[in-house]
Amino acid sequence: MSLLHKWRCLLTTGESLWIQGTTILQACATLGIDIPHYCYHDRLSIAGNCRMCLVEVEKMPKPQAACAMPVMPGMRVKTFSEATRKAREGVMEFLLVNHPLDCPICDQAGECDLQDQSMAHGSDKSRFVDMDYGGKRAVEDKNIGPLVKTIMTRCIHCTRCIRFGNEVAGVEDLGTTGRGEHMQVGTYIEKMFHSELSGNVIDLCPVGALTSKPYAFTARPWELRRTESVDVLDAVGSNIVVNTRSGEIMRILPALNEDVNEEWISDKTRFAYDGLKTQRLTAPMVKDSAGKLQQCSWEDALTEAGRKLTETSPDGVAAIAGPLADVESLVVLKDLLNSLGCENVFTSNAFPSSGPGTDLRSSYLLNTSISGIEEADLLLLVGTNPRYEAPLVNTRIRKSYIHNDLKVALIGPKLDLTYEYQHLGDSAAVLAQVASGKHPFSKEFSGAANPMVIVGSDVLQRTDADAIYSAVVSIASSGAKLADKDWKTLNVLHRAASQVGALDVGYKAGITKEGLKGIKFLYLLGEDSGELSREDLPPDCFVVYQGHHGDRGAYLADVVLPGAAYTEKNGTYVNTEGRVQQTRVAVTPPGMAREDWKILRALSEIAGYTLPYDELTELKERLSEVAPHLIRYDNIEPANFFSLTEKLMKSTKASLGAGPLNVNLQSLEDFYMTDSISRASQTMARCVAAVKADKAKNTS
Amino acid sequence: MLRDSDRIFTNLYGAHDCGLAGARARGDWDGTAALMAKGHDWIIDQIKESGLRGRGGAGFPTGLKWSFMPKEEAPGRPYYLVVNADESEPGTCKDRDMMRHDPHKLIEGCLIAGFAMRAHAAYIYIRGEFYDEAVALQAAIDEAYDAGLIGKNPCGTDWPFDVYLHRGAGAYICGEETGLLESLEGKPGKPRLKPPFPAAVGLYGCPSTVNNVETIAVVPTILRRGAEWFAGIGRPKNTGTKVFCISGHVNQPCNVEEEMGIPMRELIEKHAGGVRGGWDNLQAVIPGGASVPLLPKSICDEVLMDFDSLMGVKSGLGTAAVIVMDKSADVVEAIARLSHFYMHESCGQCTPCREGTGWVYRVMLRLIRGEASVGEIDLLWDVVGQIEGHTICALGDAAAWPVQGLIRHFRPELERRILAAKVSGGDAAATAAAAA
Repeated sequence: MSLLHKWRCLLTTGESLWIQGTTILQACATLGIDIPHYCYHDRLSIAGNCRMCLVEVEKMPKPQAACAMPVMPGMRVKTFSEATRKAREGVMEFLLVNHPLDCPICDQAGECDLQDQSMAHGSDKSRFVDMDYGGKRAVEDKNIGPLVKTIMTRCIHCTRCIRFGNEVAGVEDLGTTGRGEHMQVGTYIEKMFHSELSGNVIDLCPVGALTSKPYAFTARPWELRRTESVDVLDAVGSNIVVNTRSGEIMRILPALNEDVNEEWISDKTRFAYDGLKTQRLTAPMVKDSAGKLQQCSWEDALTEAGRKLTETSPDGVAAIAGPLADVESLVVLKDLLNSLGCENVFTSNAFPSSGPGTDLRSSYLLNTSISGIEEADLLLLVGTNPRYEAPLVNTRIRKSYIHNDLKVALIGPKLDLTYEYQHLGDSAAVLAQVASGKHPFSKEFSGAANPMVIVGSDVLQRTDADAIYSAVVSIASSGAKLADKDWKTLNVLHRAASQVGALDVGYKAGITKEGLKGIKFLYLLGEDSGELSREDLPPDCFVVYQGHHGDRGAYLADVVLPGAAYTEKNGTYVNTEGRVQQTRVAVTPPGMAREDWKILRALSEIAGYTLPYDELTELKERLSEVAPHLIRYDNIEPANFFSLTEKLMKSTKASLGAGPLNVNLQSLEDFYMTDSISRASQTMARCVAAVKADKAKNTS
Repeated sequence: MLRDSDRIFTNLYGAHDCGLAGARARGDWDGTAALMAKGHDWIIDQIKESGLRGRGGAGFPTGLKWSFMPKEEAPGRPYYLVVNADESEPGTCKDRDMMRHDPHKLIEGCLIAGFAMRAHAAYIYIRGEFYDEAVALQAAIDEAYDAGLIGKNPCGTDWPFDVYLHRGAGAYICGEETGLLESLEGKPGKPRLKPPFPAAVGLYGCPSTVNNVETIAVVPTILRRGAEWFAGIGRPKNTGTKVFCISGHVNQPCNVEEEMGIPMRELIEKHAGGVRGGWDNLQAVIPGGASVPLLPKSICDEVLMDFDSLMGVKSGLGTAAVIVMDKSADVVEAIARLSHFYMHESCGQCTPCREGTGWVYRVMLRLIRGEASVGEIDLLWDVVGQIEGHTICALGDAAAWPVQGLIRHFRPELERRILAAKVSGGDAAATAAAAA
């Protein structure tokens, strides 16, 4: 194999280095030769219909589609010959015959493949004189929901969106109708594109046929500043690029991370950003004598909170960390309470405490890792709906289901997971049967080469969570490889971005209503789960809420301290598989809001327990003292204590409850609004309304 | 000229009994088991020796095509014979008569060809509009099942063989090999990328061979009468007999089985009663169905009707559907109508065909009236060249060739119309000015 720059020619020799089935386009890409294309996408099946990648191949009479043609020994491909150039120019011309000349009013302009390739490979003049006679084709726009705007006249029929829907999202809503010039991409009967991943078709569309509705006409790509960051609206930690213009978030796009989200993100990740602009806490507040929260200065608010904190005896103090808290503020909060002599730091989500509890890291992680799902051959889901709890975990499962024949079974309610699965039942009794080896599935599980079990966090909130977790551990240990160094069977799928980080730094999982009885000072760090009400607290309990949204938690508060959202701070998050990642400052916090760890650091000083770090770098050193893995970014610290977990769990005496194993997020309308940011988002509200309306239309 | 004793389709016109008894009387189903007993490879070798070339239009050697099928049977991976009876090429109606009047030739051919390529099932994909033909063919299939000629032990052999008839919905593109396979699988008929070829990955992902009705129907007779007999008819590399469909401005349009390589003039004059108004009234002939370039009279005088001779004059035998146009025909409008056909039948999958066929048709439409500049003829030539060979399937080529033929042979006529339109347009303007 060699690349002859002089000829711009790809030559494969007899001793081929190519893997069987590599296409010309892939081979050229690895050598850095750019072959223009529209329909080809490396994560979708090959369609070969745009014909833009035609190249001349020696000894072949016709130009060949590089995206589909496998390389063969001795093949000589001329990627820049006259014939190749002519073929590209021809295809460009055909594509433009019916493409409207509306670049000035098209949102894709500036990041449009058609524009770029027209410049690079198109003709310098138009031969389309038919404008005076027939004009161009016009196609009616489709309404496929509140997220994706369609201008179908611009469509070049590459079918990427259709293939994405059918292959990745598993929602076969899009397709083509009609033929020839009248072929249209759409849903045939007008309906919503019923997918939690629908926004990805905007990125896939090489032209401006599918664009973002919320972003429409708001910014041009060349005006945007791009900040690589991490999403925190679920526990996957999808990598994102926050696009801002003069201090305002304009849109959020996915960033490539093969191990986490590949290049997709969920609609909540992509479109909930408008929730960051409404319902924000922009100034500190303190309750006045009439019981109303009044804006005040930072000094007043911190003094009030600090006074109450020092007045309260340490065992009357507690803190609850919400789903969006970053590790930095979690550590500072814990350090502060610890220095008071208080150990009451909790997360809002519970986790079974019997056996090892949260002492062993491997008992609460998605140990197989997200990309590891692709190596599994049997997967048991227990009380979880990955499709809406972690859409990008679900796309991995679907990918593995399609390409590796992954078998999936589910204990829980019947769900539409976008792939076929064996429904074992939804009762706890079935779980017990599988765990005890009496169920036919048990044999299948123990016989599998790479089995996995994923338990959802919803069922771990139940009162019989210990028994459920114990059953899951015994199922996992029946898989041959529980203690194997390379393969890990036991997995927990969390829903809160903060959960793993909080457990890593020593928070206790969950707080019971009994536990709150003696609490006189409660610190809520972004706790908006709604589990807590004022009635659960003693009447004289003083509540401080620190967070970024006036959501459920702020209503309980006596003092409100405005914090920063994930796009406004450098925060460390540990995702459900234990991967440490950090968000970056894309915009400044609004009004008087400040980065969360700084608020807590200031409070510590006012309360008289000054914490020994003034800078983020110093705090990071503290993080590494608490848990060294917390500063090893983009890394998963391996954890493998399964045999210990198994032994410790055997002592559990808890018994399973009677109720069915349920999950909270069952259908698409449940997916959109799950936290303080997405609840504040108008776009997400529109999605909920649209899904409901679509449902009503289809059932009536 | 073909001797009557050399005819394969002896009931092409339905003059005799079309049923099993009649077919048997004409020699069908005679010694089928004995032919099969000679083995898979013997049959393929015989077909190779006979020089039979695919009758669907492309003229690919049939024996060679069959030999691409895997030689070893793989458990759980069946092989299929698929018969293309989606005869939609304008001007072509040969398969229709065969299925109506001689269906047993096709069914016996399915068994033998299927056996040769180690298939246990044949799918016949018939054009949706062929309702009567589908009924007749299904009746013949039922007859064959009842007589034990196909089924569990066809003709007493232990090679289970089923024949299924599937009716299409009448799209031209479903007659394309892989478009047909897609349609047969229940999907929109959009041709597949090749490679992989159907012999490797075909119907339902299994090795398959797609053959035209006529190709399959002649197989039993070739095997019975010997490859040498078939190879002895016609010209080298263009052997055997062929059913020609003669239509257009002739006195007696007809289907006729003739020797390959018969002179076009002889074919038209002997069998179709000659061109309307005599041979000198001939303007042009499309020799092989809508998708091949037309030929002016000067070439028609001499040309022979076979694959290579017609290829030599930059046309093609195609499906051997001879469309004759006398001097009363508007040749530009005729080709424009074909351009409309290809625009209408393009599946829309790939760019050059989807966008190009419409563009070509609209330019052609203006050329009928001469509303174009002379430069646009060159533009048209260039545009059809950009379609040809750049598409997934051959429909792009088929759309390009008639236009290329027109420009190649009738450019003066196109230019004359443009000039005439300019002059009359100028006249009209002058008259209008004078009136004002």
